Amino acid sequence: MSVWRLVIKEIVRRKTNFVSGLVAVTLAAAVLAGSMTILRLHDLRTQRILARKEQETRQRMAVLEDDYRKIMKNLGFNLLILPGNQKLSDFYADDAVSAYIPDTYATRLAEAKIVTIRHLLPSLQEKVLWPERKRTIILIGTRGEVPSMFRDAREPILVAVKKGHAVVGHELAESLGLRAGDRITLFGRTFTVGQCNEERGSKDDISIWIDLSEAQGILGKPGRINAILALKCHCAGNELANVRRDVASVLPGVQVIEQGSKVLTRAEARDRASKEAAEALAGEVGNRRQLRDELERFSSILAPLALLASALWVGLVFYTNVRERRGEIGILRALGARTRTILRLFLTKALLMGCAGGLAGYVLGTSIGLARQGEIGISFLDPRLFLLTFCTAVVLSLAASWAPAYYAAQQEPAEVLREE
Amino acid sequence: MLVLDRVVKTYPKGSRRITALAPIDLTVRAGEFVAVEGPSGSGKTTCLLIAGGLLDPDSGKVLLDGHDLHAMTRNQLAAFRSQNIGFVFQQYHLIPYLSVLENILAPEAARGRANGQARGRELAGQFGLDHRLDHTPAELSCGEKQRTALARALLFRPKILLADEITGNLDHVNAQIVLGYLREYVKTGGSVLLVTHDREIASQADRVEYLPDPRELETPR
Ligand SMILES: Nc1ncnc2c1ncn2[C@@H]1O[C@H](COP(=O)(O)OP(=O)(O)OP(=O)(O)O)[C@@H](O)[C@H]1O
Ligand SMILES: [Mg+2]
Repeated sequence: MSVWRLVIKEIVRRKTNFVSGLVAVTLAAAVLAGSMTILRLHDLRTQRILARKEQETRQRMAVLEDDYRKIMKNLGFNLLILPGNQKLSDFYADDAVSAYIPDTYATRLAEAKIVTIRHLLPSLQEKVLWPERKRTIILIGTRGEVPSMFRDAREPILVAVKKGHAVVGHELAESLGLRAGDRITLFGRTFTVGQCNEERGSKDDISIWIDLSEAQGILGKPGRINAILALKCHCAGNELANVRRDVASVLPGVQVIEQGSKVLTRAEARDRASKEAAEALAGEVGNRRQLRDELERFSSILAPLALLASALWVGLVFYTNVRERRGEIGILRALGARTRTILRLFLTKALLMGCAGGLAGYVLGTSIGLARQGEIGISFLDPRLFLLTFCTAVVLSLAASWAPAYYAAQQEPAEVLREE
Repeated sequence: MLVLDRVVKTYPKGSRRITALAPIDLTVRAGEFVAVEGPSGSGKTTCLLIAGGLLDPDSGKVLLDGHDLHAMTRNQLAAFRSQNIGFVFQQYHLIPYLSVLENILAPEAARGRANGQARGRELAGQFGLDHRLDHTPAELSCGEKQRTALARALLFRPKILLADEITGNLDHVNAQIVLGYLREYVKTGGSVLLVTHDREIASQADRVEYLPDPRELETPR
């Protein structure tokens, strides 16, 4: 006859007592496991929602990017090919051109058949003093065509400049009273004004375009140019590097610059879209977190309350049990049971109650928690949660029964044994 | 050998003290069956509880084979009791959810050692309980209950058996059966201290001690 057997027999005999304690432990463990499961489910669901949102955003961004690429492709973009030793700062500051490349470069580039590059316009330009009129002008020699790309962003229009003809910028034409068909003298040569440009509000307004070879003659730079403009190139913005490489392989010692604001526009649009997406995502994260906080607050009140109520109930159940078993305790003492034997008698029972309650509570709580898990497949057994629930139930049961068990062990048997 | 040396027990009641047990000297030798006879309220049960170390006397000593019971700690006493003293009560105090055999073996649980199986079955057979081994106490007659309680007390062959009014609930035949077992036990070297109010029962012991009527003793303090 072992204490263990004594405990089992007693439990079987007084089922109600054990079951009422067991129910309390089970419920407390269920509340714990259930609320933890719901929190975990919430976290997983949040993860999923965010992952989906991110995926959507990525897809939207990709579509956006694609749209832009198509628009840009149709638009084309413009490249400026400059001598490698041309200082860009000087170039931007006042068109001070100080470096040159041979005009054969343009032909070479054209013959290289780089598919992305079209409309090559070699040019030679220099800021000079117009001796006949005492005016500072930008003299630009082009081969056959003058780009007027700012008039229509979508379709740059090319104006041809024939030999012996000149295209005059708006400011010059206005102040000098020049008209199409007038004759002008430029460095001793006579040109017919082919066209006066509309006002552009840029250095173009003080520029004069003439044929390249004539400009080379005037400026004393035969066979030389200082820029090649490539118009309506067909490629995506991030392929600029490729274009650069292609150009460099054909023309050593040049630099390639992308001209115009289209690149910026595209980048900005992309930035704005991704920022919006990020904000939407952050909003969602905030919502989910708030919901989680509320859930957590709720369960952080409910779970301890359930544990406390359960502990009180279990304590009461054990106290009742001890009172009921005073005679039994008395006789066991008379038979030579020590304090620890009596303690074991009750604590073993509590241990069983805790184990069974922890197990049942985990099953119950997790089942309830997972009842509405929907598409999220959580495995029923979460070892860490199980351990937490199980240990909590056991500790609760032992702690709650400790005082009644101790009280039982301290009972003086004489009193009970003399009764009746 | 059990020795009660000037053992006294009183209880406070208001301004007075109730004498539960008047001073008593008592010796029970090994192999001796001693009866203590006294009227109701004379302190028979009190005497027995003190003799078994379950109740502390106000003064006096209880020695079992030279060991002073009331000088021991609770747990020392428990261990000592489980090896040397057996108790039987008028109300049997059987554990209701255990079978007869399990009740007989209950001292194993108290002792923390399970080596009484064979002896338990032997005692059950000896006390005519073979056919009742699986029964619970509720299913037994009074005589069977008392025999079960007796078998339980004798499981580990205590040096002394303390029996409190154990024939009180039994008819003449059953009382004689139980007394027979007690006499047999002393023959095998054990000692028995039986307390009873029944002169006829007491007279079957080797020796009878008398407790005075408490009403003659009560004096204002
Ligand atoms: N805890 C107690 N408090 C007060 N008085 C007590 C207590 N225990 C016993 N008494 C008193 O001590 C006296 C002896 O009691 P005890 O139970 O030993 O008598 P008894 O001889 O066994 O009587 P009975 O034959 O009726 O069983 C009684 O008068 C009883 O009232
Ligand atoms: Mg009595």
